[in-house]
Amino acid sequence: MALCRQWLEALPRPEGVLEKIQRQGRKSLFYSGLPSSKIESWRLTDLKRLENLLKLSLSQETQNISQSNFFNLDKAANQGCRLILDPQLNLNESINLPSGFQKLNTTEIQQYLGRALNHFSSPNDWALAVNQASTNQILAFRVQGQDLPPLELIIPSQKDTLTPTRVIIILEEKVKLKLLQVALGAENSAQSHVLEIHLNKEAELDHGFVALGGGQASCLAHLAVAQEISSKYSLTAVQHGWMFSRLEPRIIQLNGQGSTNLKGLQISTGKQQLATHSLVRFEGPDGCLNQLQKAIANKSSHSIFNGLIEVPKIAQNTNASQLSRNLLLSRHARIDTKPELEIVADDVRCSHGATVSKLQEDELFYLRSRGIASSQATSLLLQGYCQEIIKDLPIEAQKWDILNTLIENINE
Amino acid sequence: MILDISNLHVNVEDQPILKGVNLKINAGEIHAIMGRNGSGKSTLSKVIAGHPAYLVTSGSIKFNNQDLLSIEPEQRARSGVFLGFQYPIEIPGVSNLEFLRVATNSRRQERGEEELDTFEFEDLVNERLKIVQMNPTFLERSVNEGFSGGEKKRNEILQMALLEPTLAILDETDSGLDIDALRIVASGVKKLAKPNTATLLITHYQRLLNEITPDFVHVMSGGRILRTGGGELATKLEESGYDWLDNEQNIKEEEN
Repeated sequence: MALCRQWLEALPRPEGVLEKIQRQGRKSLFYSGLPSSKIESWRLTDLKRLENLLKLSLSQETQNISQSNFFNLDKAANQGCRLILDPQLNLNESINLPSGFQKLNTTEIQQYLGRALNHFSSPNDWALAVNQASTNQILAFRVQGQDLPPLELIIPSQKDTLTPTRVIIILEEKVKLKLLQVALGAENSAQSHVLEIHLNKEAELDHGFVALGGGQASCLAHLAVAQEISSKYSLTAVQHGWMFSRLEPRIIQLNGQGSTNLKGLQISTGKQQLATHSLVRFEGPDGCLNQLQKAIANKSSHSIFNGLIEVPKIAQNTNASQLSRNLLLSRHARIDTKPELEIVADDVRCSHGATVSKLQEDELFYLRSRGIASSQATSLLLQGYCQEIIKDLPIEAQKWDILNTLIENINE
Repeated sequence: MILDISNLHVNVEDQPILKGVNLKINAGEIHAIMGRNGSGKSTLSKVIAGHPAYLVTSGSIKFNNQDLLSIEPEQRARSGVFLGFQYPIEIPGVSNLEFLRVATNSRRQERGEEELDTFEFEDLVNERLKIVQMNPTFLERSVNEGFSGGEKKRNEILQMALLEPTLAILDETDSGLDIDALRIVASGVKKLAKPNTATLLITHYQRLLNEITPDFVHVMSGGRILRTGGGELATKLEESGYDWLDNEQNIKEEEN
């Protein structure tokens, strides 16, 4: 509690377009403090790592480390539009959007701020409260028209700094967009990212969220997606390399007939702890969900998945499936996976399953019996395992060479 | 001599499976091992290839006069030992073409040949595809994933064609094949057999041996080779089954 209050005291005065949510976040943290391990969704979290996160500065004056030494960001986005959420700039003023993308004005921002999040408001959303309390920048835009360029949104990290970022995206009716987000971390940095997405009727968003950390870096990411009737949302999320990361996708199908596809991959090694806590809620009939969550845990790392699906009475004829498949590469590594279905409607098809296994000896032997060295055979099998998720990332992800990055670092 | 197996004893999970196998194969020879399920045929093939689940408790295997048991499975393959699997493994997410290229280059490197780049390899694989009359679209798919039984076996023979082994062991390559596919696979195996290579066919049935004439037929039972003969032995088995072997096996066990 004391650490949290100390952190709050160091924050600048609430002001600007985000003043209201800053006050909300601060109030929530003031009373709740750090999460307790008695709260189910935080039970498995190493809470010490949250304390470390609050010890970082919120200064805006340090350099962006990940831009220079993590990846070569100079490579141009293929045919798309690349936006870099540089916290040292005024995002809503400095960023130029391509045709079809229109920034929200102050009134609109006020109107949409928290709207998708409010469908899920929960007193235990600590990651959200940290972002609300500290963020002083927002990028908010609506998208309309056809033949839109794919969008790449890069979130760099800053040395010894907690970087809060906040984005709102509205897809108007029948709009189709490909969005790749890349959150970067290195050394002792931390990300706190909150994204709200509104998909209007028949809109389609193909969303990649790639979180590539390094060193002691931490990442808290909270995605809130509100889907209108007959919209499609596909999320492919990858977490890798963070000492601590927690992704919280929250998706609601507001009036039914929506389609949601969630694919997740987390690859942990060393002493890393990576987690996904997803929630999908159906608030109308005839919705569908396909969810596949994968994890590879090596060394002494810990991988966590909690997947909650809520199907209330109104959501008749829902078709939902969730599968969690996990690979343990070391006897010291740990994987916790918990599918959770809350079904009240009676005419639904919901399935779920979870597996935790080691690399298959017969698969390894097959490759070795063709002259492929054990280490290369292992690497090929892991690549194959990851490929099932990676292949669904928007095409913009190709130049990031994600698959090789994941496999190269797995033994570190 | 290409393969020299002497008094080989093998356990799986502390159970003895092979109880003194002796087998010699010279260059240019085709051998067939027949026998019932559980007689130890497949175990023998996996032990030669180096499967880690099998423990050799005594005996030796020499390949080109080199102690095979002391080297890793990948090194055995690079040296020219090839096992065509009875049940080829499906590996989702790993491209068949890439797998074939990596495997081929491992063997080439061992032979002091230059590795093939993607384009050079495509030329080679397209040429070798003709041997098994395989559709090139299977190269684009994951290794064996969603292949029919026959397609998996053709993919095994394609690997054999690319790796050009000195010793090819084909474990029940004929199972699950219709007669046309059997002929294609058998003709591929025959084309790949050379005066300086050796082939070991493991099979239940005579029908593969109608397509490929072996120089020697061995009959396995209870973890040993009980009989060795020419092609006529396979015909006898086809006609009278394996029951007559039981008496011989009992006599052998009494002798021990």
